[in-house]
Amino acid sequence: MTMPDMLFYVFAALTLIFGFLVIANPWSRSPVTSAMFLVLTMVSLAGLFVLLQAFFLAAVQVLVYAGAVMVLFLFVVMLLDLKVEERRKLRKAGVALGVVAVSGFIFLFLKSLLHSELSPAASPTLVGGTVNLGKLLFRQYALPFEIVSVLLLVAMVGVVILSKKDLR
Amino acid sequence: MNVGLQHYLVVSGLLFALGLLGVIVRRNVLVIYMSLELMLNAANLALVAFSRFNDNPNGQVFVFFVITVAAAEVAVGLALIVALYRKRQTVQVEDMTSLKL
Repeated sequence: MTMPDMLFYVFAALTLIFGFLVIANPWSRSPVTSAMFLVLTMVSLAGLFVLLQAFFLAAVQVLVYAGAVMVLFLFVVMLLDLKVEERRKLRKAGVALGVVAVSGFIFLFLKSLLHSELSPAASPTLVGGTVNLGKLLFRQYALPFEIVSVLLLVAMVGVVILSKKDLR
Repeated sequence: MNVGLQHYLVVSGLLFALGLLGVIVRRNVLVIYMSLELMLNAANLALVAFSRFNDNPNGQVFVFFVITVAAAEVAVGLALIVALYRKRQTVQVEDMTSLKL
């Protein structure tokens, strides 16, 4: 097994383990630990992006997700000042239904993947690079780029209005 | 066996399933929100893998936009959660059932 393949298995396992700990941590039910494990999931995903030669996206993943978004999450958790909440019982029926639905999803997904016409050894060809991505982003996708900037402005104004004390 | 497109798609699908499970099972709004982020990231992983194995850099541009929109979505969603907490003093979805008949 070559080195990148081994790294793929390491990062994939880390991503899934940390992802599981986000939603079901056996030691603590606190949102802060979930947020911390979400950071680790994002960082492992950035490792997978590097293996896929998407270096710029890996950097953005660490900066935006593991950095900005998670700080926002932790900030809100601190702001809400949650009391040590009583460990509520998860409803058995809800958990059972959730597991059934999700295993149905996994079954369908794997079945369709097995029957798909993907050639088994499709050789990776794209050599990603920040230069190519930048050219694409500022030439072909210049208009969506500008629209996204407007979207960010709208989100900022919306958040300021939403967090006013009296909505008038 | 070399690591191919299928391997990445399986990881992506399992990560999406974990996010879905979190949204269905957990009762804390903040954790439900984090599970949503997990699902978005699973989709991103699938897009990057397809982009790499089909020699098409458009997928990476799309992931870039998804990350930007997700950042905006997180900001607005968390502001909504804070506003809701001010009104109801809770983050448990079971206590937010005023629309229930």
